[in-house]
Amino acid sequence: MKDFAALYTALDETTATNQKVAAMVAYFRSAPPADAAWAVHFLSGWRPRRLIRAGDLRRWAALAAAIPEWLFEESYHAVGDLAETIALLLPEGAGAEERPLAWWVEERLLPLRDLEPAEQEVSLIASWRELSGRERYVWNKLITGAFRVGASQRLVVRALAEVSGLSDEVIAHRLMGAWEPGPGFYERLTAHDTRDADWSRPYPFFLAHALEQPPSALGDRTCWQVEWKWDGIRAQLIRRAGQTFLWSRGEDLLNGRFPEVEELAAFLPSGTVIDGELLPWRDGRPLPFAQMQRRIGRKKLDRRILAEVPVALIAYDLLEEGGEDLRTRPLGERRRRLEALVASLPTGASIHLSPVVEGDDWPALADARLAARDRGAEGLMLKHAESAYGVGRRRGDWWKWKVDPLSVDAVLIYAQPGSGRRAGLYTDYTFGVWDGDRLVAFAKAYSGLTDEEIRQVDAFVRRNTLDKFGPVRVVKPELVFELAFEGIQHSSRHKSGVAVRFPRMARWRTDKAAADADTLETVRGLIDAVNAR
Amino acid sequence: MPDSGMTLLRLTDRGLYCEAGDFYVDPWAPVDRAVVTHAHGDHATWGCRRYLASAAGRGVLALRLGPDAVIETLDWGEPVSLGGVRVSLHPAGHILGSAQVRLEMGGEVWVVSGDYKTDPDPTCAPFEPIRCDTFITESTFGLPIYRWPAETEVFAEINAWWRANAAEGRTSLLFGYALGKAQRLLAGLDPSIGPILTHGAVERMTTAYREAGIPLPATTHAAALPRKADREGALVLAPPSAEGSAWTRRFAPFSAAFASGWMRVRGARRRRALDRGFTLSDHVDWPALLAAIDATGAGRVWVTHGFTAAVTRWLGERGLEARALATRFEGERDDDVEVE
Repeated sequence: MKDFAALYTALDETTATNQKVAAMVAYFRSAPPADAAWAVHFLSGWRPRRLIRAGDLRRWAALAAAIPEWLFEESYHAVGDLAETIALLLPEGAGAEERPLAWWVEERLLPLRDLEPAEQEVSLIASWRELSGRERYVWNKLITGAFRVGASQRLVVRALAEVSGLSDEVIAHRLMGAWEPGPGFYERLTAHDTRDADWSRPYPFFLAHALEQPPSALGDRTCWQVEWKWDGIRAQLIRRAGQTFLWSRGEDLLNGRFPEVEELAAFLPSGTVIDGELLPWRDGRPLPFAQMQRRIGRKKLDRRILAEVPVALIAYDLLEEGGEDLRTRPLGERRRRLEALVASLPTGASIHLSPVVEGDDWPALADARLAARDRGAEGLMLKHAESAYGVGRRRGDWWKWKVDPLSVDAVLIYAQPGSGRRAGLYTDYTFGVWDGDRLVAFAKAYSGLTDEEIRQVDAFVRRNTLDKFGPVRVVKPELVFELAFEGIQHSSRHKSGVAVRFPRMARWRTDKAAADADTLETVRGLIDAVNAR
Repeated sequence: MPDSGMTLLRLTDRGLYCEAGDFYVDPWAPVDRAVVTHAHGDHATWGCRRYLASAAGRGVLALRLGPDAVIETLDWGEPVSLGGVRVSLHPAGHILGSAQVRLEMGGEVWVVSGDYKTDPDPTCAPFEPIRCDTFITESTFGLPIYRWPAETEVFAEINAWWRANAAEGRTSLLFGYALGKAQRLLAGLDPSIGPILTHGAVERMTTAYREAGIPLPATTHAAALPRKADREGALVLAPPSAEGSAWTRRFAPFSAAFASGWMRVRGARRRRALDRGFTLSDHVDWPALLAAIDATGAGRVWVTHGFTAAVTRWLGERGLEARALATRFEGERDDDVEVE
């Protein structure tokens, strides 16, 4: 456990990716395979389902720290992180014999799930006593299911590739999909025989970067395949050895969630992998994403919801055909093969080609981009015709060129402290727009400001608090921000009657006074404007 | 809650006012007569007609208030009578010359703590517990999450970090408040590792400390070095306001760290995007705060700047007459602002 906690601390203390990779390499070189497997598991973002009720945990921690629960809560608000709050509050541990990570996970962590609360309490208090300092913090992170560390999957892959002498691709491939940690797993992960074909496994998704320069900088337009940028669930549909697997980008196996897509997949030849987007789809265009959320929210899919919100896979790319990995072939070739494949499927079915957007030159495409919202798209995707299907987010070959967001000028009315890196700073804001002479809460936003701006707003909040409700401060309505968002629709669940998608602060309008902010009427007008197009 | 006993101080829009003696303690707006606990900007305001402060802190206070300020001083424990109120100053252990103000009239004793710590600090006189009826205390770190590691442990960490940087050819950039923290850091650094350079603000205050007779290792004002001078292996002491400024670029490649009580919490460390955070504070932590309050024997405690709500409630639950006081003191701020 000491080594793993030291690894966590090393990853936490540096912002340099090389140092992070070096720390992981050093850990994997010396850790026993059983520990290494669990470390990979946690570093890959796996978190146990909630083992202990948060209320119980807080109560036991307060008891162990000999403080009243209200003081525990005050402390928690200042720290913004439950695991850390507990670690900071507990008296110094007694210490005990050092045990490996796998022991802590298998003998202490996983069994918590099947214990009665009273037994959980005994087990936890014992663990807290036996661990000390930063081990206890890491342990709390594990039991609260909040273990996150500043190492992206890509860096974990890089470290494992360095340790094993394998390529990044092999490691990334082996890490996808479902696996159980154990010494056997770690040995397979780093095994030099790379024929291990687990039929279920998707390829790592290749991602696009946001286009930051004018598209003319990309050169000759004819070198680029242009598609709509859809806003659904990115997925890979796999047909291998007579079985179908549907994976989301978040690496969730979606089998059973989209039966209409799976049914059609049975028509695909074995050894086929299609990359695409799952969208609620009717009459050649997507339904609002809220419809998809309605459908995702259902535990059981009845005939009615399937009829009301039919879902289709809009196919972007063909990654495997006849069992052959096509990812290094040029996009143009993959597209031709994809077109032929989709054409061979029954018509009117639930797999469609992602249409290619025509346009002779960049100005024509700029016009098409402006019309993206009319189609229910977020903008355009620009993919180089020669591009391979890479790993992760490599720059240069694929770009997303989104339409400019919708925006509203709104007034800061409530603020709440953030968590993690932003703990103790007022960073989570609620904004209002005018409804007559009253400000009505309209959207929350947490991102978009620079650290310096956050500090200034934080100072403002502290000096202009009108009222407090728990951690929430009601502030003097004075600061105006331009909020940008991607979509807007009516909502009966919001006080304002309006819900927005992906709101963020585009700009601090220091040039505007609260009275200059937008009205609810203007905001509602946006819904009509968007839907009229 | 109705106040019991006599009221020697009350809160006005200019600060804590003693009507009987017609003076203020740490006012935040110009007044006729200010008794000042210490030289930090949120306690020593400009433009008062007369100041009364500790003799030990005279030098640094004069540096902050300018040459025209009229500063009268008292030795530790030396009493003076102001309008029938017996006033004396006692070490607060916060920075050089930092004082607690003791007021006595008609057998009633009040103490204003200013900022204070009870941990050892070779650059100032140690905190002196004083019995009183009413104690006005700061609460900058008034939550049980704030518990300071032993000073020796922290300095061992800082010196190890400096040594490792020096070995790898990096300069060590250490941020801490120019007045107080920087000199305490200096006193704990191991000068055998390499040269110690200073930012102008730190150098000015360090000179004032030396003039007051505090022994500190030799420093070189960074501005006095040629721009291209070799700084390898050096440690640079600078105020937090210099963090991320163009001034720091000349020290590249460097590792940057901040020394502050706030560094106890990971979020505060991480959002500064520094390489290291060292938990070193010139304020009391939670156990020391409670112990200090207890040692005064005070039945009434007024709680100023910090986690006032938590401290007030904790004391109230223990039967003390406690209330929060909305002052403009700021304690150890968790940002770049430093009043020069």
